[in-house]
Amino acid sequence: MATQQQKNQHLLWRTGFGPAAGQLARLGSSTPDALYREIRSQSAAEPAYIDVMDDYLRMVYIDMKAPGQPKFVLDAAAKKKMLLSNKAGIQKINLNWIAEMVNSPAQLREKMALFWHGHFATRVYNVYFQQLLLHSTRKHALGSFRTLLHEVSKSAAMLNFLNAQSNRKASPNENFAREVMELFTLGRGNYTERDIKEAARAFTGWGANFKGEFQMRPQYHDDGPKTVFGKTANYTGEQVLDLLLEQKATARYITGKIYRYLVSETPDTTRINALADRFYANDYHIGKLLDDIFTADWFYADKYIGARIKSPIDLIAGMQRILPMTFQDRGILLDLQRILGQILFSPPNVAGWPGGRTWIDSASLMARMRLPRMITERDVLDLKPKGDDDLGGGVAGATIFAKGKVRALDKDKSQIAVAIDWKDFQKHFEKVPRTELVPALAGALLQTPMQVPPSLLDSYTDASSRESFIRTTAIQLMCLPEYQLC
Amino acid sequence: MLFKRREFLQVGSLATASLFLPKFLKAFEAPAFVPPGNKVLVVLQLGGGNDGLNTVVPVRNDIYYRSRPKLALAREKTIALTDEAGLHPALPSFADAYHNGNMVLLNGVGYPNPERSHFRSMDIWHSGSHSHQYINTGWVGRYLDAQCNGCARPTQALEFDDTLSLALKGEQMNGLALRDPRSLAGTTNEKFFRDVTQQHIDHHGHEQPADYLYKTLSSTLSGAEYIYKNSKLRGTQASYPNTALGKRFRIIGSLVLSDIDTKVYYVSLSGFDTHINQEVTHARALKEVNDAVDAFLKDMKANGRFDDVLLMTFSEFGRRVAQNASAGTDHGAANNMFLFGGGLKQKGMLNPMSDLTDLDNGDLKYQLDFKQVYATVLKKWLGTDDKAVLGEQFSHLKFI
Repeated sequence: MATQQQKNQHLLWRTGFGPAAGQLARLGSSTPDALYREIRSQSAAEPAYIDVMDDYLRMVYIDMKAPGQPKFVLDAAAKKKMLLSNKAGIQKINLNWIAEMVNSPAQLREKMALFWHGHFATRVYNVYFQQLLLHSTRKHALGSFRTLLHEVSKSAAMLNFLNAQSNRKASPNENFAREVMELFTLGRGNYTERDIKEAARAFTGWGANFKGEFQMRPQYHDDGPKTVFGKTANYTGEQVLDLLLEQKATARYITGKIYRYLVSETPDTTRINALADRFYANDYHIGKLLDDIFTADWFYADKYIGARIKSPIDLIAGMQRILPMTFQDRGILLDLQRILGQILFSPPNVAGWPGGRTWIDSASLMARMRLPRMITERDVLDLKPKGDDDLGGGVAGATIFAKGKVRALDKDKSQIAVAIDWKDFQKHFEKVPRTELVPALAGALLQTPMQVPPSLLDSYTDASSRESFIRTTAIQLMCLPEYQLC
Repeated sequence: MLFKRREFLQVGSLATASLFLPKFLKAFEAPAFVPPGNKVLVVLQLGGGNDGLNTVVPVRNDIYYRSRPKLALAREKTIALTDEAGLHPALPSFADAYHNGNMVLLNGVGYPNPERSHFRSMDIWHSGSHSHQYINTGWVGRYLDAQCNGCARPTQALEFDDTLSLALKGEQMNGLALRDPRSLAGTTNEKFFRDVTQQHIDHHGHEQPADYLYKTLSSTLSGAEYIYKNSKLRGTQASYPNTALGKRFRIIGSLVLSDIDTKVYYVSLSGFDTHINQEVTHARALKEVNDAVDAFLKDMKANGRFDDVLLMTFSEFGRRVAQNASAGTDHGAANNMFLFGGGLKQKGMLNPMSDLTDLDNGDLKYQLDFKQVYATVLKKWLGTDDKAVLGEQFSHLKFI
C-alpha cells in the first residue's frame, strides 16, 4: 500500500509537474482529497496571456504597418526581419511557458494545456498565431471541450497549418476535415471517407487574416446540402463540429487519450467508457472529467503509481520544481528539449507526441541519466542535438535550431551554467536521522521502489558533510532509471 | 570534483564487467555468428532537401536553363553520364561508380501528395508512410522488429549520432545511436550505467514499470561494448577524409570489416537547404559526400567486401525547378536516389529523367514511390518480409 506521501506525490505528478521543494513538508499529513481541492482552486482563474511579440511584429501583425511607413510592404527585407523576429519569439514563448509549468500554482491548468498542445498539434512559423492558439488551449484547458474545439478549429495557427486557405468550394482541401475526425474528435474507424469529403465542403471559405482573426469568405463557401453521418442539411463548419461532438465516439476517444496521459498507458476500456459517459452527459466539461479521475479511489491504486514514463517536458519542469534553479541562459532548456526529443511548438506532426515508451531509446535514456549530474558540474554536456531545417525559410540565422549548436554552456568547461537553490529541499530533510536519509530522499524523488541496492550510490556520493551528502545523494537518485517514471 | 580520482580507480575494465551481464543479454556471450558475406545496408541521409536538378543535370533541357539563369550548370562544367545527363562537378567518384557499373541512379523518386515541410516530409521518409498517415515507428526499426523479435540486439542497426532518428525506432526494437564506438568506453558514465544494470534487483517475473528502462540500458551497454570491441578488432587502414561524414564512414568501414552482426548503418549530413546563394554551399556539401563515399567504396573494394555493401542516399525532397530571387532554390518534390555497391543487378540510370514540361505546380512529379525502393531493399537485400515492415505490398524494382 502506498503511503499518504506517495499518494500525494502521485497526485502532484499527474495534476502537474511534480512536487515543488517547498511543498514536501506537508505531503505526509494532507489527504489527497484536500490536496486535490487546493490544486483545483489554484487553477480556477483565467490564465494571463503570454505575449512575447516584439514591437516590430506587433506593428506588422496588428497595426499592419512597419515603423515610419504608411503601409506595411512585404518585401525581402521585411520578410527576413519577420523571420528573425518570429524565431526569437518562438524560442521565447517556449521558455516563458516552461517557466509557468515550473512556477505557476495553476499546475493542473498547465498540465492540461500541455495535453491540448499535443492534441491540437501545429507547427507554424508565426509566433503571433502560436501565442493566440496557446492562449486558447490554456484558457479552456479545464473548461468546455466544445468551446476549445470550436476556438482551435477557427484559430489562425490551425487554419494555416491544415491548409484552410486552399479549401474552396471549387476544389475542397480535405486536410482539416480528415484530421479533425481522425485526430481531434472521433478517432480512426468512426467515420467514412464520404463523411470527410462532405465535411470538407462545410469548412470551405474558412480562413484567417494577418491579424490572426477568423475570416469567413462567403464567395469560397459551399452552401449546398451535405450528408454527414447519414444526415443531410446545408451544414456550416460550426454545425459539423457540433455533429462531431454529438457522436459518443468523440467522448470516448478524448477520454481514452486523457486517461493515457494522466493515469496509465494501458487502457482500461470499462473504466474509460464509464468516464466517457459522464463526460458526454456533462457536455464535455473537462474539469468535471478530471474531478472524476482524481477523486476516485482507483486512481491511487499501487499499479498506477510510478507507472508512467515522464515526457521530456515533465522531466525538465519537474527537476526545476524540486530543485529550484537559475540558468545563466535559459536557452539551455531549448537544447535539452531537442536532445531529449520533445520541443514545444514543434510536434513531430499533426498527431502530436506519441509518448510512453517512444520517449526512450539508447541515446535519450543515457542523456536523461546524465542530466542531473550535468547541472551539478559532475558531468559535461557533450551531446549535440540534430538540426531542424524547418521553419527558417532558408534565411540565414532564422532556423530555430541549427544543427549541433548548443548554447548556454560555460564555454571553457562545457558545463551547464546553472545555480541551484537547495535551501527548501535541504530544510525538509533537516531532522531526518543519517541512517534514514537515503530512503527519505528516495521517497521524495522516486515514485517507484528503488531496484538497485542503496549501497550502489556510495561510490558516487560525498559523505564529507551532511549537506553534501544530501545533495549528492539526491542527484544520484535522479540519475536512476526510476526517476524517469512518475 | 572531489570524486574524480576515486571514480577513476573504480572504473572496471570492460572485459571483467561482461562477466556480470544480466541473463537476458546472454545472447552476447556466445560468439556472434556472422555469416560470411553478411549483407549490409548503409543509408546516407542528405538533410534539408538536396537539389536533385543540380546534382544530376539535364544538360540538353532548355527549360532547365531558362528556369535557372543564375544557377544552371553549363553542360561542359558537368561530368557526363549520358548524352542527356551530367553530374555536378563535385561528384567525380559518383561518375566513376556509374561508369564502372557500381551505381544505380533512380530519377523522380517521391510520393503522392508531397509535403514541402522538411520536418513532415522527413517524417514520411523515416516512417515509410503515405502523406496522410501518421506512424510513430521507422522503417528500419520495424525491420528490426520483424528480424529479431524479442532478442536483445540493438547492434543490428546503428546510427552514429547523439540522438536516434525515427527511422531506427521500431515497435519492440530500437536501433542504437552512439556518436562513435569510443564515446562511452571507460567513462564515469559507463561505470555508473554498468553498476546500475549489474546491481539491478530481478523481481522474478513481476514486471515492474522500470524494467523496460533497465532493459534498454542493459542492451545499450552491451551493444556499445560489442561495437567498441569490434571497431578495434580490425580497424580499417584506409584513408578517409577528415570531415564529419568522412569520420563516420571510417567507423562504418571498420565495423563492416570486423564482421560485426550489424545489418543497417545510418548516417546523415545536413546543409542541403539551399535557399540562398546555393552555388558554393551546394558544391561544398556534395564534395563532402563524394569524398566520404569514395573512400568508403574503395575501402570495401580493397578488402573484398564490395559485393556485400549497398549504400543508398536519399533526401526528404528535391527543390523547385525554378531558382528563387536569392540565387537559391526553394522546397520541391520528387528527387533522385543513388545506390552503390558491387552486388547490383542493374546499372546506371534505370528510368528517364524527370519531364520538365509536366510539372506539378512548378515541381517535379514523382515516377517511383520511395517505398518501392525500401520494399526492394528490404526484400531482396535484407531478405525480410517487406510487406510486414511497410504494411502493404509495393512492387519491387529489379536492381538487386
